[in-house]
Amino acid sequence: MHQSAHSYEAVIGLEVHAQLLTKSKAYSPDPHAYGGRPNAHVSPLALGHPGTLPIPNKRHFELAAMMGMAIGATLHQTTMFARKNYFYADLPKGYQITQDKTPLCTGGEVMIKDATGQDKPIGITRIHIEEDAGKSMHDIDPFNSLVDLNRAGIPLIEIVTEPDMRHPQEAYNYLIEIRKIVRYLEICDGNMEEGSLRCDANVSVRKKGSTRFGTKVEVKNMNSISNVRKAIEHEIERQIDLLEGGGQVEADTRGFDAATGRTHSQRSKEAANDYRYFPEPDIPPVVLDDMFLEAVKRSMPPMHWELHKKFTESYGLSEYDAAGIAAEKHFALYFEKLAALCPDRKAAANWMMGPIKGYLNETAIEIQDFPLDVNTLAEVIDLVGQGKLSFAVANQRLFPALLQEPQASPTLLAAKLNLIQERSDDYLLGLVRQVVANNPAKAQEYRAGKKGILGMFMGQIMKLSQGKADPKRTSQLLEEELDN
Amino acid sequence: MIMVVNEELVDKLAHLAKLEFTPEQKADMMADFQKILDFVGKLEELDVEGVEPLIHLTSHSASLRPDVPHVTITHEEALKNSPLADSDYFKVPKVLAKH
Repeated sequence: MHQSAHSYEAVIGLEVHAQLLTKSKAYSPDPHAYGGRPNAHVSPLALGHPGTLPIPNKRHFELAAMMGMAIGATLHQTTMFARKNYFYADLPKGYQITQDKTPLCTGGEVMIKDATGQDKPIGITRIHIEEDAGKSMHDIDPFNSLVDLNRAGIPLIEIVTEPDMRHPQEAYNYLIEIRKIVRYLEICDGNMEEGSLRCDANVSVRKKGSTRFGTKVEVKNMNSISNVRKAIEHEIERQIDLLEGGGQVEADTRGFDAATGRTHSQRSKEAANDYRYFPEPDIPPVVLDDMFLEAVKRSMPPMHWELHKKFTESYGLSEYDAAGIAAEKHFALYFEKLAALCPDRKAAANWMMGPIKGYLNETAIEIQDFPLDVNTLAEVIDLVGQGKLSFAVANQRLFPALLQEPQASPTLLAAKLNLIQERSDDYLLGLVRQVVANNPAKAQEYRAGKKGILGMFMGQIMKLSQGKADPKRTSQLLEEELDN
Repeated sequence: MIMVVNEELVDKLAHLAKLEFTPEQKADMMADFQKILDFVGKLEELDVEGVEPLIHLTSHSASLRPDVPHVTITHEEALKNSPLADSDYFKVPKVLAKH
């Protein structure tokens, strides 16, 4: 990097395409499904046959509207389609049906953390509805490109930001947030590696303090969120080096090569594209009535920022626990059900963040497949709360036993496994006396002032009781015994 | 103001349409384009001050389709009319030079 790099700032805007989880395509009923044979999910429209007419998919609008509502955008109830014209083999119609001057949503913002961890709103310019193109493969056949049109016509939204980001880390944080939002809404699976979420970055640099934008370069082909950060880092460096070397940045589209970590030009100047947008004559304006919008609003799940706020403000959870639980929707919703049954929310949160998360990670399953019902877990938490079971025993003995027998009653199973904590003084005192009698030298050391040795005695007592001795009462009795 | 068709415009459109013209064809195209534009240019004589542009010929709004998947043509039918295909894919001339 050039020495004077620190006198520049980067200006970054992102365009994110998300494939929406509909059952059929955007303008024709061919299935939107994964893993089919190539060219099996097609229709005359997807193939660009003459005489076909597009009919928009209602679900496409519902899912796109959910995204708009989630980020506080303005939803336009009358919205039109446009044709974006270009010739490429994976777009047999010769145009993409998209939206140009009348996007479904404008405005709104997405709250992210900036590079120093402070809250920063990123303005959203627009969200519009469009369709995906097919897939071309250039590496399989030596003489031809192969075309698969299963993806042609899959419903997309494109989310365009204002040029509000100043650091590659902000672009990274923005994408993490967008992925979280689409997954909360369950409108897109958010998988960048598989291309269901894609990102292009517009990057320019300027001298700090300047209010004019530099010439921007569009960077494409980044198939992971980390690669977006890497590509932007590289592109900023490249532009600064150019400017510092007395050169100029040229408006360009550049592809990112993950293997080299570099970007390279994809479009020569003479090939500059002109998409000649014009209104799509085959689809009249779409008018969304109030009932439609009300229904979409009612179908909105609670968003992670709402849950996070509830967890910290109403439940008194730490920032760390609230963020950890709210990170994934179904995990958060399981916790919500659990919290409704457990007055001790902190204990419920500890179970979520500790044993449950651990189990899900170990077994690589989702919370939806977690075998224990919230009622079962609430009963375990209650047993610990009542002091019938220590957390350690509950976690290490009862929890694994319940996972083997998910239908069992925790109270009965704990009794059957002989785990219920002993609190009777007779029992506890017996253990205390036994352990003190077995360690006369240590007892002497304690009495001589080495108080720390208490832990050794407690450890022995817990071992003898197989973890069932109530630690609080035991330690009282132990101190009394030793002080005598 | 009626647009004047020059060689540069025809070259640009040819590029966008992925077509190649011989010099004779290009001259024909220029003449034809100019005729078409002159014909449509007649409309420029109208006074449209205060008239909203007509974008769609119908006053109806679009009806939306329920999201129900439906197979209209099979894989075999899809590939049947292609000039070049294998059992899975359409085949087209290589479209992107490998970087």
